[in-house]
Amino acid sequence: MLVPTGSDAGSVSRRMPPCCPVDGGNPLQRASVPARYDDAAMSTVIDMREAVVLLERFPALAGATATIDSGEIVLLQGPNGVGKTTFLRSCAGLLPVASGRLDVLGHDLVGARRAVRRHVALLGHTSQLYDDLTVVDNVKFWSKANGVRDGDLAGALDRMGVSKRLYSIPVERLSAGQKRRVAIAIVIASRPRLWLLDEPHAGLDQAGRDLLDSLLGDATEAGATVVFASHELDRAEAVASRSLVFSGGVIVSDDA
Amino acid sequence: MQQVERKDSMTGSLATTTLGWASLASLIVVLITGLITSPKDANQGEAVRLLYVHVPMIWIAYGSFIITAGYSGLFVAKAANRPDSGRHLDRVAGSAAEVGVVFTALTLISGALWGRITWGVYWQWDARLTTTVLMFVTYLGYLALRKLPADPYVRSRRAAIVALIATVNLPIVHYSVDWWRTLHQGASITVGNKPEYTNDILIVLLFAVVAFTLVALWLGIHRYRVIRLEEIREEEGIEMAIASRRAEAEVGS
Amino acid sequence: MRELIGEAGLVARKDLLIEWRSRVALNQIAPLGLLVLVVFAFALDANQSLLDRASAGLFWVAVLFAGIITVQRAFTLESENGIRDALRLSGIRPAAMFLGKLLAISAQLLVLEVVLLLGVVAMYDATIDEPVLAAVTALTGTLAFSAVGCIYGAVSLGLRVRETLLPLLLIPVVAPVLLAGTRALERALGVSTQAGWNWVGLLVVISAVYTAIGLAVFGPLLEDG
Repeated sequence: MLVPTGSDAGSVSRRMPPCCPVDGGNPLQRASVPARYDDAAMSTVIDMREAVVLLERFPALAGATATIDSGEIVLLQGPNGVGKTTFLRSCAGLLPVASGRLDVLGHDLVGARRAVRRHVALLGHTSQLYDDLTVVDNVKFWSKANGVRDGDLAGALDRMGVSKRLYSIPVERLSAGQKRRVAIAIVIASRPRLWLLDEPHAGLDQAGRDLLDSLLGDATEAGATVVFASHELDRAEAVASRSLVFSGGVIVSDDA
Repeated sequence: MQQVERKDSMTGSLATTTLGWASLASLIVVLITGLITSPKDANQGEAVRLLYVHVPMIWIAYGSFIITAGYSGLFVAKAANRPDSGRHLDRVAGSAAEVGVVFTALTLISGALWGRITWGVYWQWDARLTTTVLMFVTYLGYLALRKLPADPYVRSRRAAIVALIATVNLPIVHYSVDWWRTLHQGASITVGNKPEYTNDILIVLLFAVVAFTLVALWLGIHRYRVIRLEEIREEEGIEMAIASRRAEAEVGS
Repeated sequence: MRELIGEAGLVARKDLLIEWRSRVALNQIAPLGLLVLVVFAFALDANQSLLDRASAGLFWVAVLFAGIITVQRAFTLESENGIRDALRLSGIRPAAMFLGKLLAISAQLLVLEVVLLLGVVAMYDATIDEPVLAAVTALTGTLAFSAVGCIYGAVSLGLRVRETLLPLLLIPVVAPVLLAGTRALERALGVSTQAGWNWVGLLVVISAVYTAIGLAVFGPLLEDG
């Protein structure tokens, strides 16, 4: 069982803020609220207009437009290479926007991309875990890096069905599905307002996928927003409230 | 830099053609005066003629690298605000560095030959020589970085940072080696003695500096334009890529 | 400020924990360093007096060799598994990441240097006449080396031709560190009578300069590409 390390200088989350999301002060402290996100002023989570995003000179997004509101679960569809991953990474503030507009959670990402990052979580194809470290090592490091208390993380690992016997195993020895569960647990614990997931069901078994779906439901009920790309349309369309179809770097259909 | 004007010479223009002829002419003058009409030195004999090549080379190399450093700094400042601006600054930095590297190599070679004749050794470990060879390798690394397969914006910004760090490093290297060698006094022949040269020699030297500077400018301008052409080709590629990407969208997924 | 140090500690501990779990520095890099010392003996015909006189310089060359590998490994770790994205998304400040990696690389190199120093004493018949000077030289030289290494590690992050570029960029900048470190260590090993502490002063200055530069450029370098 993970032991919360109270006096540890590396852990930056000291205590829960009283009610509303706090933007100032400690940059590592996630805007964590007990039950709901009080976001009357911010019902639009993603506002993208004619955004062009270049990857090594290639227009991965070639003028995409989309508006996503708080509490939605949005599915991104389309074949490979069509811009879904770029969409997700741009909304996370990781990619510069060459032209157009992109506002996420009230932050203008064309100007300054760093501020929005502590409010979002991005999970891609990679494990985002250090292979040489054990599950516990990784979880402790990433939780402190993301400003989360250890207690939350233990709960999240339980929630994702990561059995305790795996805790001291180096991550490189885990299966892809197990790594994915650990990675999702880290995301759960950091309680982001915007979940950006790139094929999150990939690598998970049936139980894991059901778990993830119920998770996404819980997250949006608490006020978060989920945007995910998936090729598994049956399952995805059942979970999603809305679907955006990509083609050639733009969004061609939107069943809002 | 001005537009390309002539079809048969892609990076030529009236300015560079004039410059080219001027440098060729002045090089011929230097060749004649340097090898034939100017006198030999009282101390060094015929070897002094190598100086007409060696000294301008190193000045031009230093000058080129100062240009690289300056333009790299400007580029970093400009690109910090808008990531895709200031490309021309990066181009100047890159072409100046290439000119600088070529001239440093020639400096080292001509210096080695001169040293062999006058001191009997190709090389010695003093501050100036050691700094020069390290400077040479440093900018070789810079040029290698510029040629890496990567996002051109990313590559340019990193190269600019590397150039700036190199500029900080050179005085540190010079100071360290200088201190090191002065602690070994008397062991080597000092390069620092200012030899007395006659006016005849100094005039040719001055003219050689002018001539090689013209050559360097000519090379630098052409290289700048070649870089610009490479970038134009890439940009046209992007326009076409955007268009075909949109066409994919119209055809349907 | 306290938070910056806390974050740096988090990163450093993570790196050292990775080393502890994988034992690459212990099992592979340290033996490589010793091998370099052995190979030098072949190169210098096992001439004992020559090896003794050159011991300080050979020590630092072995450190250079092992140090390049250590820096490369430290940054390869961060470029796998999408970790770079995860780090950028976390709240850790780039300056803290720089400091953390600097501390971790320095710690690993210092342990390696103890091994190499013992190797030099045993194999080259060197004597540590001034242990304090030797220790401080190793410390400041390592910090200077690691600072430069972290800067160029970040420069090569995310670029494809990494293995050959890093040494090419690193060595000219690290040259003064090798120079000063060798002169100071020669004094500590009783090989020369030069003012060793003055050279240590130069190492301190170089460490300060490159740490400052690293703190400034690490963020922009991490963000690019």
